[in-house]
Amino acid sequence: MDTVIDASQMDPTLADQIAAEPGGEHIRRCFACGTCTASCPVREVTEHYNPRRIIRMAVLGLREQVLSSDFIWLCSTCYSCYERCPQDVRITELMHAIKNVAVREGYIHPSFRMQVDLLRHHGRLYDLTEFENERRAEQGLPAITEQAADFGKVFVATGLDELIQPEGEGA
Amino acid sequence: MRYALYLGCTAPVRAMNYELAARHTASRLGIELVDINDFGCCGFPLKSVHHQSALLLSVRNLALAEEQGLDICALCSSCTGTLAEANHALQGDAELRERVNEELEATTGRRYNGTIRVRHLARILYEEVGLERIRQAVTVDLSGLRLAAHYGCHYLKPIEAHDGFDDPENPHSLDQLIEALGASSIHYEGWDQCCGGGILGADEETALALPHLKLERAVAAGADALVVICPFCDIMYELQQRRIEKMYDTRYNLPVVFYPQLLGLAMGLSADEVGLPLNRVKSRKLMEMAR
Repeated sequence: MDTVIDASQMDPTLADQIAAEPGGEHIRRCFACGTCTASCPVREVTEHYNPRRIIRMAVLGLREQVLSSDFIWLCSTCYSCYERCPQDVRITELMHAIKNVAVREGYIHPSFRMQVDLLRHHGRLYDLTEFENERRAEQGLPAITEQAADFGKVFVATGLDELIQPEGEGA
Repeated sequence: MRYALYLGCTAPVRAMNYELAARHTASRLGIELVDINDFGCCGFPLKSVHHQSALLLSVRNLALAEEQGLDICALCSSCTGTLAEANHALQGDAELRERVNEELEATTGRRYNGTIRVRHLARILYEEVGLERIRQAVTVDLSGLRLAAHYGCHYLKPIEAHDGFDDPENPHSLDQLIEALGASSIHYEGWDQCCGGGILGADEETALALPHLKLERAVAAGADALVVICPFCDIMYELQQRRIEKMYDTRYNLPVVFYPQLLGLAMGLSADEVGLPLNRVKSRKLMEMAR
């Protein structure tokens, strides 16, 4: 990553856009103390994910660099930073808000696209077919039938269906 | 004690040992668990993608339990956290509740009035059954077992969603539940570290570096087993253990057990009743303790 930021690339509307998103409201409270980064278990194993840096980049308005990045998808949602942040930035929820904005601008990590498809078709992250139910029956566990109908209706109503079209049908 | 059993997506497919042990121990302790087939995903995976859809999925489940007049008992920590967060948001904001209900009613014909509670099974064991009754139910001596408690993240955090019932910086509920069985809950470095499950799909190599550290540290502390209360934590520590060993050219062979499995063994349930044969990393010590 470049060490010098090109000011002409800065888009001050990005932070406002994130702040308007549920969970992103407190982004401008961040005073960059780094408690989040020091607490982050993912940061412990990779320099690629650094919450303080991501928040700083978002506040500076480095729109493309933030929204199109892989690193915004690396929050494991452990809430350590959320609980420790002295400014109540609510970082875990803020990361969700940043990803929600990225999705609306056309960026989504393939693994999350796949999860949307699974929920759309099965209402669950793991299929529950006859095979799984046979295995459950062997253990004396009750059968479960998939109930995906509500999911499709919810996705259409909220606009998610339009945003992330079923595999093979959309862009 | 009667609850709607919220299994979530992972436990009924990938952690039947957990489900078996949970059902058998709960029933022995006077907890009635009611199955609701219509329950679906809690909404957790959609929080990153589309907040409004995630919230509707959460509230759909809350409404299903409320229709039966039941509080939720969840097995998965992520489900517990996600449902409890949605519940907390709606209970504290009548305007939001109305807005969500309008959309939920239009799509699924359901409404949620904000009347139920969402708790994890371990919390219900801790708060409702209580340590004393658990101690009294123990018939098999587990003393001598050195166990590393893994609380996981969403069982405790965010604090407000769980009524602050335990302190994430210095929790005690799972340690006390373990010690109530006569076993020792050991201290180990990185006890509070996340399992990395939230990013397994996004970046496997990074995700698996987290359980690598945890397994390393639990073994160094001399643990006989890691004790978990979430099926996704189990995927990271147990189902991925062989792969992590290969990646880092090492060997842990560290058994990972769900707390209700230990509880069942201590109460004299059979290995089958607590699903012990389904555990991937075998524990000779636990098998010997099973009746």
